[in-house]
Amino acid sequence: MDYETTSQLLTWITFVPLMGTGLIAVVLLLKPVVKFSKGFLDNFSRAIAIIGAGIPLALCVALWSQFDSSNTGLQMVHHLVWIQAFNIEYFVGVDGLSVTMVALTGIVSFIATIASMPWGIAKDDDHHFSRRSVPGYMALLLLLESAMFGVFVAQDFFLFYVFWELMLLPMYFLIGIWGGPRREYAAIKFFLYTLAGSVLMLLAMIAMYFTSSPTTLIDGTKAAHTFNFVKLAADPAIRDMGLLWGMDLAKMVWIGLFIGFAIKIPMFPFHTWLPDAHVEAPTPISVILAGVLLKMGTYGILRVNFMILPDQTVWARYGIAVFGVINIVYAAFVCMAQKDLKKLIAYSSVSHMGFVLLGMAAFTPQGISGAVYQMWSHGIISPALFLIAGVIYDRAHHREINGFGGLAKIMPEYTALMGLSFMASLGLPGLNGFIAEALCFLGAFPVFTTLTVIAASGVIITAAYYLWTIQRMFLGPVNEKYKNLNDVNWRERLTLYPLIAGMLFLGFYPMPVLNMMNNTLHTLVKPLANAIGL
Amino acid sequence: MEVEKTITEISYLWLIPFFPAIGAFISGAFGKRLQAKWGKAPIIAVSVTLPWISFVIALVAFIKLLGLDENSRTMVTHLWTWFDVAGAKAGMAFAMDPLSGMMTMIVTFVGSLIHIYSIGYMHDDESFWRFFSHLNMFLFAMLMLVLGDNILLMFVGWEGVGLCSYLLIGFWYTDVNNAKAGMKAFVVNRIGDFGFLVGFFILFWAVGGAWSHASQSGYTMSGHFTITFRELPAMMDAIAGKELWGIPVLTLVGIFFFIGATGKSAQIPLYVWLPDAMAGPTPVSALIHAATMVTAGVYMVARFNFLYIHSPTAMTIIAVVGVATAFFAATIGVFQYDIKKVLAYSTVSQLGYMFVGVGVGAYWAGSYHLLTHAFFKACLFLGAGSVIMAMHHEQDMRKMGGLGKVMPITKWTYLIACITIAGFPIASGFYSKDEILWQAFNSDYLLVPGWSIWLVGFIAAALTSFYMFRSYYMTFTGTTVKVHGHEPQEQKPVITIVLATLAMFAVLTMVLGIPQWLTGANPVLEHFLAPVFEAAENLPKVFTGEAAHHIEPWMALASIAVATLGWIVARWLYKDRKNPLPLKLKERFSGIHKLIYNKYYVDEAYHATAVRGFLFTGRAASWFDRVIVDGMVNFTGRIGQGLCVIDGLIDKYIVDGAVNLLAGIVHFFGDQLRKVQTGKLPSYLAGFALGLTILIVISQFLFDVYA
Repeated sequence: MDYETTSQLLTWITFVPLMGTGLIAVVLLLKPVVKFSKGFLDNFSRAIAIIGAGIPLALCVALWSQFDSSNTGLQMVHHLVWIQAFNIEYFVGVDGLSVTMVALTGIVSFIATIASMPWGIAKDDDHHFSRRSVPGYMALLLLLESAMFGVFVAQDFFLFYVFWELMLLPMYFLIGIWGGPRREYAAIKFFLYTLAGSVLMLLAMIAMYFTSSPTTLIDGTKAAHTFNFVKLAADPAIRDMGLLWGMDLAKMVWIGLFIGFAIKIPMFPFHTWLPDAHVEAPTPISVILAGVLLKMGTYGILRVNFMILPDQTVWARYGIAVFGVINIVYAAFVCMAQKDLKKLIAYSSVSHMGFVLLGMAAFTPQGISGAVYQMWSHGIISPALFLIAGVIYDRAHHREINGFGGLAKIMPEYTALMGLSFMASLGLPGLNGFIAEALCFLGAFPVFTTLTVIAASGVIITAAYYLWTIQRMFLGPVNEKYKNLNDVNWRERLTLYPLIAGMLFLGFYPMPVLNMMNNTLHTLVKPLANAIGL
Repeated sequence: MEVEKTITEISYLWLIPFFPAIGAFISGAFGKRLQAKWGKAPIIAVSVTLPWISFVIALVAFIKLLGLDENSRTMVTHLWTWFDVAGAKAGMAFAMDPLSGMMTMIVTFVGSLIHIYSIGYMHDDESFWRFFSHLNMFLFAMLMLVLGDNILLMFVGWEGVGLCSYLLIGFWYTDVNNAKAGMKAFVVNRIGDFGFLVGFFILFWAVGGAWSHASQSGYTMSGHFTITFRELPAMMDAIAGKELWGIPVLTLVGIFFFIGATGKSAQIPLYVWLPDAMAGPTPVSALIHAATMVTAGVYMVARFNFLYIHSPTAMTIIAVVGVATAFFAATIGVFQYDIKKVLAYSTVSQLGYMFVGVGVGAYWAGSYHLLTHAFFKACLFLGAGSVIMAMHHEQDMRKMGGLGKVMPITKWTYLIACITIAGFPIASGFYSKDEILWQAFNSDYLLVPGWSIWLVGFIAAALTSFYMFRSYYMTFTGTTVKVHGHEPQEQKPVITIVLATLAMFAVLTMVLGIPQWLTGANPVLEHFLAPVFEAAENLPKVFTGEAAHHIEPWMALASIAVATLGWIVARWLYKDRKNPLPLKLKERFSGIHKLIYNKYYVDEAYHATAVRGFLFTGRAASWFDRVIVDGMVNFTGRIGQGLCVIDGLIDKYIVDGAVNLLAGIVHFFGDQLRKVQTGKLPSYLAGFALGLTILIVISQFLFDVYA
């Protein structure tokens, strides 16, 4: 069975932002000919960015409503032959796993675009990232968005890889040009680290390609090998690749892929690029980084490791779970010692991504649904947290937790928004983070009893570091130095309130998201669960 | 004999928590502006009225509950499916049975009264709106806890009340000590919550930890899987034999849930947050840290009675911890001077009694003490609040005295509440406490003899009577003190009416628990709650029938005797504050006094071990992350750089001549190319586009050749 083209919706979602990039590039190229003013160029590119992120968001709504959650296969497929010589296809489609991620990307990207606007930034603040080289920034932001959509919809490994790599380029520049004082170090570290992971992924991909059995492309031509995810997953040859240098090649491929993805999650011990990247990145880029990019790691593990190499995944499940628990507890302890608010939030992301690993490694329906729901829920909460860090940085030009005090008196609305987001992040029941954590734990407990108990102790540490942060920054006597800070402005409200509403809504009624993913995910883990006798 | 039970569906239970939630939202989101524009009136109109509406609805539901057949008193409102993942299903549903009905009445009634009191107490506070928003939110969370139909919904309320407690303890957050007290409360509670969660995982695993692939679309849980309170009792026999880590599952679940209860209900070893929680405004201490939230642990254990009766081990732990806490906290209470601290330790101690009740299997007695305590302790706290206001926020009893003459209503209500808690048979506290002590004495199900628990509780009862009357005499008798040159004044009716109502209920609720040996019939409340606690009906007792009837009155007399003893000693030492003996005793035994006055240095011990260990681990992990993990990354980077340098040296000195030429060429092109590197993004993008085009053209060409 092969997936025929049924819709071009995903292609539009993926490439509309890229068209925006192109449009900005064209106008820039025309600049020597037509003398555009700087103001016009800036505002033009801002408008293009909002439109370029808004259209995919609207299309995501259409996608969400058209998606049939009872169908566990791919939907909205657009399938063409791309490079026939290497049997590479343009093959995009979504299943229950992808569709939630695509929607998340649409939401987070749009919010990040709004957060990139200079509204409410003091007029004399020329160094603010939203006023520096605006057209370039907006072009790269849109390019990044396209690449992210591409990763989540690609169903051909080569196409996936192209989007995966394409994402690095704008991210590198966005951190390296518009970032903070140590931006170059952070950008290079991010770039090289991720590239190292990509090399492993590339090798694994090539190994898979040359192992795969002969098949046909979508246009009927015969192909000796394939990059098609669906075909690779169904191909018995992939599961047993034989030996290489006396070692099981399939397991080596699995490990290579896993490390490549683990760097992105990021998983201990490959996580140290993240705090640096976050601290230096401008706020909207942190929002995207935490909200979407990290999820690509776990998405990749599910899409490639779980779907294509199930036997090896079963073999490695204890490893995944142990690293998940290390992420949760270790990163939470590291948070306790942080002095920079953004660094603290970055480490808390590391900690919370650990839940995803723990949940997925259990192969239970609650575990896997909890894991993907945690990806969603963290994708809503962590952008809010980074926006909150951005609010204070825009005003005070630093983020030292000990450098404030009594902010609750000066910025009550900000304090309320912060409090709610922190509570969501520490897993307060009634907010979405709790549902995800509870499902991960519930799913993992029957399989990894002791590990889950250790992981659950993370709830104590998490509460401690968040509340301690609140106490030091927001409570206590008012710091006279900051008594004139303004409360949140309309741009910040526009970005924060939708996220807060999402946290509350999905805390009391998570079913819309869970329903989308449940069937696909449970079909996905069924053979894995069978293999371990669940 | 299996009794046929039916469940009544009704539509409006959700309104009970809903109205306070609305109040919290309106006061929280718009309160500041409303208060700036129209003063306190709109806040009162919203946030005080809505809890009363909630109370009325609760009352209507409760009356309907009473009208149902005795064994079928369960009403359910199902709103929507909260989450459902392959059989792990929780409904957004509320249920009222006799136990939660009783709790709902306490919470809405005492809660609404304290809202009224707060109008007076918080009158001059600029954050009036914020206080009422938080207080409303607390009611919402507490009602979720009580009415939630399943364990996880209960947990929503459980954590929600913790959050509100945190917010209200730190209400005056500009004082960093208040903020720290709030943080301590939340974090200590989280330790308990960790226990609650683990207990829940184990229970979940035990009732449905295996899946079968029955349907095409995925999984169904094997067995009948549920986390709903109503359906769990039927599962207990099936899982009673299961073990985890070599321990019977139900014991394990029971212990972990009890860890949760020790956090929320301030028992050893997690009680340390409650005395500090007195940093919050006094109405908060009365409502949250005495009458309602802190009893949540007792409520939970009573709720899980069907589970605990399978595990004498867990029950013994509860009873022993409870009685130890009752005694330990009572000793500290004896030596405190801060009137709120006395009441705080008294609360810890009384909660200990409640746990003795539910620990020995006398679930109704524990619940009854919960009910009477809600009234008398709220009355005591609010009386103390009245005193504190009159004294201009002075809480040290040594600086008070003679207030009885100027504050008669406060004095009398405080005295009535003292009589109630001390255990004189003219008020409710006697009946509830005595029932607990008797049931402990008579219990033959625990791993320790029942009389040993009784004995410790009995001694603690004497201490209770003593420290309560001590606080009464120190505060209200003697020469009237002057504050800022004026005599303190009695409070406005908005406060005194609430005090009088609570004192009245503290006495009147005695009718619910008059024991069988006096009336010949089972106590009203025992009968009412019996369907909830039917699993615990036939626990083994030491004395039954006639023998019990002969012993019980003597036990009651003994209780009255120790209460009287405590009262007489307190009167002798502290009446009119003339007796110099207390000061002499304090000097004579200064070592012991210092030890107990400083609460046995438990806080200091915790700080030196747990807190510092925790912070140290954090710093160590951070150091490891920065120096070792990230150090490795940077080291790898350095090696890369180093290889480049070596490469460069080889280049320079070994293949010098030949390469020099090449290098020259490269240098030349490099110089030329640098001109392209303008630093302008447009030209980069142009270059990027050009390069891409060339690549595509080349690849097309190559593919044509090879295809």
